[in-house]
Amino acid sequence: MILEARNVTVRYRGRRQPALDAVSCHVRATELVAVVGPNGSGKTTLVRALAGLVRPEQGSVLIQDRPIAAWGRADLARVLGVVPQREEIVFPLRVDEAVMLGRYARLGPLGAPAAADHAAVATALDRCDAGSLVDRSIDTLSGGEWQRVRLARALAQEPAALVLDEPTAALDVRHEMEMLELIRSLVDGGLAGLVITHHLNLAARFADRILLLSGGRLVAEGAPGEVLRTETLSRVFEWPVAVTTWCDGSPQVVPLRTGEQAS
Amino acid sequence: MTTAHDSTRLRLVILTVLVLVCLLVGLAAGTVPLSLGQVWHGLWRADTSASVIVRDLRAPRVLLAFAVGGSLAVCGAALQAMIRNPLAEPYLLGLSGGAGLGAVIAIATEATGPWSVPLAAFVGAIAAVALVYRLSVVAGRRLDPRVLLLSGVVVGSFAGALMSAIIVLSPAAGIRNAFLWLLGGFGAASWRSLGVFAAYAALPLAIIGLNGRNLDLVALGEEPAHHLGTDVDRTRRVIYACTALLTAASVATCGIIGFVGLVVPHAVRTVARPLHRTLLPLVFVVGGSFLVLSDVLSRTVVRPLELPVGVITALVGVPLFAVLLRRTMA
Repeated sequence: MILEARNVTVRYRGRRQPALDAVSCHVRATELVAVVGPNGSGKTTLVRALAGLVRPEQGSVLIQDRPIAAWGRADLARVLGVVPQREEIVFPLRVDEAVMLGRYARLGPLGAPAAADHAAVATALDRCDAGSLVDRSIDTLSGGEWQRVRLARALAQEPAALVLDEPTAALDVRHEMEMLELIRSLVDGGLAGLVITHHLNLAARFADRILLLSGGRLVAEGAPGEVLRTETLSRVFEWPVAVTTWCDGSPQVVPLRTGEQAS
Repeated sequence: MTTAHDSTRLRLVILTVLVLVCLLVGLAAGTVPLSLGQVWHGLWRADTSASVIVRDLRAPRVLLAFAVGGSLAVCGAALQAMIRNPLAEPYLLGLSGGAGLGAVIAIATEATGPWSVPLAAFVGAIAAVALVYRLSVVAGRRLDPRVLLLSGVVVGSFAGALMSAIIVLSPAAGIRNAFLWLLGGFGAASWRSLGVFAAYAALPLAIIGLNGRNLDLVALGEEPAHHLGTDVDRTRRVIYACTALLTAASVATCGIIGFVGLVVPHAVRTVARPLHRTLLPLVFVVGGSFLVLSDVLSRTVVRPLELPVGVITALVGVPLFAVLLRRTMA
């Protein structure tokens, strides 16, 4: 198992309700798991717990079957690549410099990057179709380009698992599809993948399994067809939906308008 | 590959020449102007009339200005990465004020001596940074760099008010001179003060230098830095302690000099890559040269009087602060 959470409960300081309440999940190599749920359901907290950013009040997180507390920061960065939701640019780097940051966990404090590091950066950029951007300053990139560069930075870490928090937020249809196709192909190439998304229909088409969170609890888990059900979604999102089936067999969710009935 | 190498080498040569020119100007200029020939003979031959001026007065002064300028500039660059704001620097973040207050208390209680004043300044700087940090973390919410700067200015002003009160009220001999010393200047520089400064500054400078890559990551923000392999809390503690120590050593040896940490990293980033492994050494030598030239101006513009060097750095720094403020708030 690459990533695993066992009965993880996380409570932020000053809050009575836990942000994550006894959640268990796991991700294997070559498996893409989507985490869905309403705003504030604990999706980002799950990512933060899996990445060791917040310490669970109860339960445990294991990375490659080893408790997360036993990992050093740099060691963890060599097996786990995380692309957080937002990132504000204060000091604009060039794209190649920004992707080289992904190698820092493998570099000493002073030495220059070796040929292997430059090769890993070039490979990561190529895989994300960002090779043509190397000389650009990151503050001149479009939203889609910046996301690809951030994914390339995570790939430059040469991780065993990729965790992405809403990687397609603010992207148009083409860039959204390109990003998910890329993530799927990386996972098919051997990585374990965990993606947070608000796009239920894309989760249904790209993910092997879906975790549905609500109020910090895991309310459903399984193949897209098992999780994306009319009653469950209508209850969790507090909005009526209908679920149809696309020609590839994946469930597709249609939110209903006020007064509309599913036919 | 070769051209990139060549252009780096060329830049290094140009930079070295510029630094040497600054140092020579620092040795030549002053109440008694010296020619380059006199400076040269004064440096290498003890029997010339210029040798006393060059060796005993100006050389320690120029080297101290260089070391202090470099240190303050490195502090600025490190703090800017830490709080992710190009306006951060020891003076605006209240570190200099805290260090000044610590030093003034040490002088007022007559705990003078080359080692006790910097130590008291260090305690003051650490206390100031802790207070600024505490003030800006409201109800456990994440740090807003703008609030942090505002807290720094407030803590700095408060420390300034306390310093004034202590200076006016204290009966200790020599405390009145503290007013002049606080405005910043290298008039009292000696080989001894240079030695004391170097003893305090060497280790924190080396530690900040070794944390260049951590600073690159921390400048991305807490979360990405964590995911890319940095222990953010540890880096933060180390950098705050080192910048507090450097600021304290500077304030204890030559008073409060503001804006070096603001002006220099900004200027260097316009011509060099913002990666700290290479940025920090550049910032150090450019900061050193900047303060040497500021000191030259301070002792030549109103000759035979001397202006406090802090006046010169503020005259350059404040307009740049205004420009940067407009840009970062836009």
